[in-house]
Amino acid sequence: MSLLTQDHGVAPGNGGDAASLLEPTSGRRGDAAFRFVALAAGFTVLAILGLIAFSTTKEAWPAFRDEGLGFITSSTWIPAEDKFGALAFIYGTVLSSLIALVLAVPVSLGIALYANEAAPRRLRKPVVYVMDLLAAIPSVVYGLWGIIVLAPAIQPVYRAINGAVGDVPVIGWFFNGESGRSYMTAGIILAIMITPIVTSLSREVIATVPSAQREAAYGMGATRWEMIRAAVLPWSRGGIVGSVMLGLGRAMGETIAVALVIGSQAQITTHLFEAGDSMAAVIVNQFGEASGTHRAALIGLGVVLFGVTIIVNVSARSIVGRFDRRSRGA
Amino acid sequence: MDLMHDDVERLLLEATTSRSRKVKNRLASIWMFGSLCVAVVPLALVIGFVLFKGVGQLSLAWFTEDLPAVSRKAGGGMGPAIVGTILITLGAALMAIPLGILGAIYLHEYGGRGRFARIVRFMADVMTGVPSIVMGLFIYTVWTLAFGLNGFGGSLALGCLMLPIIIRSTEEMLRLVPDELRQGSYALGNRKWRTIVTVVLPAAFGGITSGVMIAIARAAGETAPLVFTIGAARNLNLNIFDGPMTALSVQIFGNAQTPFDAAQSRAWGAALTLVGIVFLMTILARVVSSRVARRHAA
Amino acid sequence: MSPETITQSSPAASGAAPEEILEPPVVFDVRDLDVYYGEFLAVRDVNLEVHQHEITAFIGPSGCGKSTVLRCFDRMNDLIDTARVEGQILYHGVDLYDPRIDPVEVRKRIGMVFQKPNPFPKSIYDNIAFGPRLAGFKGNLDEVVEQALRSAALWDEVRDRLKKSAMGLSGGQQQRLCIARAIAVQPEVILMDEPCSALDPIATARIEDLMQELKSEYTIVIVTHNMQQAARVSDRTAFFTTEVNSESDTRTGVLVEYDSTDKIFSAPADERTENYVTGRFG
Repeated sequence: MSLLTQDHGVAPGNGGDAASLLEPTSGRRGDAAFRFVALAAGFTVLAILGLIAFSTTKEAWPAFRDEGLGFITSSTWIPAEDKFGALAFIYGTVLSSLIALVLAVPVSLGIALYANEAAPRRLRKPVVYVMDLLAAIPSVVYGLWGIIVLAPAIQPVYRAINGAVGDVPVIGWFFNGESGRSYMTAGIILAIMITPIVTSLSREVIATVPSAQREAAYGMGATRWEMIRAAVLPWSRGGIVGSVMLGLGRAMGETIAVALVIGSQAQITTHLFEAGDSMAAVIVNQFGEASGTHRAALIGLGVVLFGVTIIVNVSARSIVGRFDRRSRGA
Repeated sequence: MDLMHDDVERLLLEATTSRSRKVKNRLASIWMFGSLCVAVVPLALVIGFVLFKGVGQLSLAWFTEDLPAVSRKAGGGMGPAIVGTILITLGAALMAIPLGILGAIYLHEYGGRGRFARIVRFMADVMTGVPSIVMGLFIYTVWTLAFGLNGFGGSLALGCLMLPIIIRSTEEMLRLVPDELRQGSYALGNRKWRTIVTVVLPAAFGGITSGVMIAIARAAGETAPLVFTIGAARNLNLNIFDGPMTALSVQIFGNAQTPFDAAQSRAWGAALTLVGIVFLMTILARVVSSRVARRHAA
Repeated sequence: MSPETITQSSPAASGAAPEEILEPPVVFDVRDLDVYYGEFLAVRDVNLEVHQHEITAFIGPSGCGKSTVLRCFDRMNDLIDTARVEGQILYHGVDLYDPRIDPVEVRKRIGMVFQKPNPFPKSIYDNIAFGPRLAGFKGNLDEVVEQALRSAALWDEVRDRLKKSAMGLSGGQQQRLCIARAIAVQPEVILMDEPCSALDPIATARIEDLMQELKSEYTIVIVTHNMQQAARVSDRTAFFTTEVNSESDTRTGVLVEYDSTDKIFSAPADERTENYVTGRFG
């Protein structure tokens, strides 16, 4: 009931009709309805995740049932004979992601430290922009560049390294092979792609280091590097580990760029310059012509990929979460 | 604090000569700045090649004509793919934006620190890490198997990708709206839902828009979710519910795998078009968010 | 309750002979009010009456429950999950905490101005028009806005920039804007929770003048840390303090004395009141 009347502009209401407060109002239902709708929207996140797990497992079940545990322990993948052992692809996913981490983490950490500690104030924004642009490039464009430009260009490099150290024990186990489209190339492309996310998350973490700690180190005459080692790194260790794991998760799930440059050969080898395959790449390359159990097996690969990335992500978020609570509580 | 003090003392004592400390510091600085340079190189190379190899493809025909019947021949254009990317992404946005904003409203305005809200928040974070190919397979199993290859399946898959991103970024923006504004609205006799709609959302509008645009840019560039759900079409299809469509990302993927020069050139052209769209949205998003930041600081 | 006569001297009329008048009608009748946050008793046993067209001030040291009691009058305490009220607050005879009552309706009649000015990030016009639009006002909004701004002594300063953002105003102007915004919904009562503590002395003085003008039309209850302010503007003053609970080692707010402002500041009945107003503590 509005106290505003048409004839005078603004005048104080009188409380004489205080009794009207006791009359029921309809507005309260609006609040309850809105809350319900918002709650339902929040719930869809859980519903979708649950549905993903359920429906993909259901479609993949024929392949799981036939292969049993062999689905992930056997490396024999011959669709024509209904044999679906995914070990080679699991290996490929892990290997290419590890290569990506080895290449990307030092660079990402360096950029994160540079942006927060060493860069002149004017350069901080441009660094963020560069990372944004790197992150914005679609993965298929990285893949296109990888297969047409990088792979042919880097192949002579591989050949040269192979020639130089291919027969040397230990090192030769890795730096062997001559294929432009190989684990190594996939690792390089993945490294480029996960650098922005590892950098920006690490930067956020490093930015929470209290300046008191920094000043204490400088006050004792430490050089910048010594200050970083003494104050910044120990403090941000947990958060950085979390960021790296999130980068790992991203690398493992990356499909298109890897599919284009990894070479599509199902083989388990330590030779980094040889062609390989990954779970995601196999799915996208073989799905079009697959049918029946083959298709179910590919969906099964998707289930494995889903499970693995969920585990990596949940662990990473827990680590970052624990770090967050500690840094805010401390 | 004491622990760190010991560390620094130890470092200071360990250093054999002042010169070696300086050298280490120098090396570290080189590493940090060098990392930035290392990151810039691939960015420049990729953008450079896309520009260089793709620009020759752009023409009026490029934007308007259908794809050529025989992929190894030159000619034709990317009209259907451009339209496809726009329509499918738009469809995804129309579903993910309201759902995402409402979800964020639940998390911040109603759920707070409650148990259910914490679970939803955590799961939304986890969902951002689900590989896009898994989303594609998921929609394949629940939509495409039943309703066939069409643009809407692609929209569903992209929508699932966008949803958690929009929820988290919107929640951050709602958090930035000072609580005093809500109190002021309640004190005037405003209901909670109307407070959210008339005070909180307008106050957070710029930030929300920026987050949404970044999510759209990310979705527009995706390939894997579309490969299983939209099929392949050469001609223009404006109906996302009926029949296969194509998109720029899928075109790039297909053409990149062929050995034919003409097809690869088309791939570069499509890459340039796609990167153009994505960069435009990303830069616009940054502009919007920095304008909002300036207004709040004033 | 038989009407008592009190001696009321208006701050403006100095030297005029005090008149005996009947008491103005009671707007709020607070009976045995206790406010809990969860298990913690924040303030207890509050009994007082707020009279129409008067300025009533709550004073006292920090943490004694002044704001808590104030926020009971417009049920803003409802926004805190753990807040609980026992006792009664009768608003023209109606218990504000009657379960049938919708707090939203209460707030339409009892407005509030906060310690930190909180204009919406909208134009000055839209800030004032917010409340009326909410209530479905269909008449001439321009008139309403102008009237409210005039009543808040802000019209002349902003008449040329009504469409500009309210965030561009100074702190004192923003607070007067918030007062205008509250007035625009035509409340009977205006509650003010330390309205001047974020403002400089000149802005404070302008708002104190404004309060004197407003009281002829509205009933005002103000919480203030500044006892000189209470002495300057209010007709009646309530002094609160805290008492320590020996068992739980917590402090609970309690109303010590409530009387006409003159009496509180010149001849307080309770020793604690005297200590406070003479500055011996707090």
